[in-house]
Amino acid sequence: MNVHDTLFWFFSIAMLLCGVFVIANRNPVASAMALVLMFLFMAGLFVLLEAFFIAAIQVLVYAGAVMVLFLFVIMLLDIKASERRRFAFLGVFGGIVVAGAFVWEMRIILSQPVIPLQSGNTDLSAGLENVVKPLFQHYMLPFEVTALLLLVAMVGVVLLSKKDLK
Amino acid sequence: MTIPLGHYLILAGIIFAIGLAGALTRKNAIIVLIAIELMFNAAILNLIAFWHYKQFAALTGQMFAIFAISIAAAESAIGLALVIAIYRHYKSVDVDDIKSLKG
Repeated sequence: MNVHDTLFWFFSIAMLLCGVFVIANRNPVASAMALVLMFLFMAGLFVLLEAFFIAAIQVLVYAGAVMVLFLFVIMLLDIKASERRRFAFLGVFGGIVVAGAFVWEMRIILSQPVIPLQSGNTDLSAGLENVVKPLFQHYMLPFEVTALLLLVAMVGVVLLSKKDLK
Repeated sequence: MTIPLGHYLILAGIIFAIGLAGALTRKNAIIVLIAIELMFNAAILNLIAFWHYKQFAALTGQMFAIFAISIAAAESAIGLALVIAIYRHYKSVDVDDIKSLKG
């Protein structure tokens, strides 16, 4: 077992533990912190997959900006840890059925062989220059539309969180 | 490269399932948003894994991952602003308390 495999197993198992902690914890701040840890492990997986730019974006945007936003809102709203509650038996039964169907579907999908596509482009090293270039050439329109969407989202957030809409 | 593509797909599937379970079972609206972020991340992991193993032309997987990350950031900002507006109106972020459509 080489370093790559060991790191894959370490990152994925740590990520699953953090993910379960995120949704099982009753304190919102603790689950946000576990989510930060999970994003960092996910960035490690992206490095293993040689997507270095996405790994950097993952740390900067998700573990940085988005999580600060979440923590600020948790702080502003002063939420108490939710109390323990009983399980609904119908809910547990339905959950088991849905989970079984999901696993069954995954088994069918993963038993199919994957046929690789023939790709024309051979320059696939994922350095920053190679990642950003298509963003300004082939993907110019989606890029601009995303910029517009971020602007609309910003205006919407400012309007929504105003005290009285006048 | 000894880790097959299927391992990454199964991992992303499990993370998606964890996020879905959180979004469906938790009552706190902020935790529901966090669980949606988990599902977004599982989808992005799938994109990157497919990109790496199949080597599609012109970095399509990475482009889609970049767009997905920026859309997810906008989505969480809007969601949190909605949570703040709901909290101001109902004095609660429990999704079970928010039943009435009347403003």
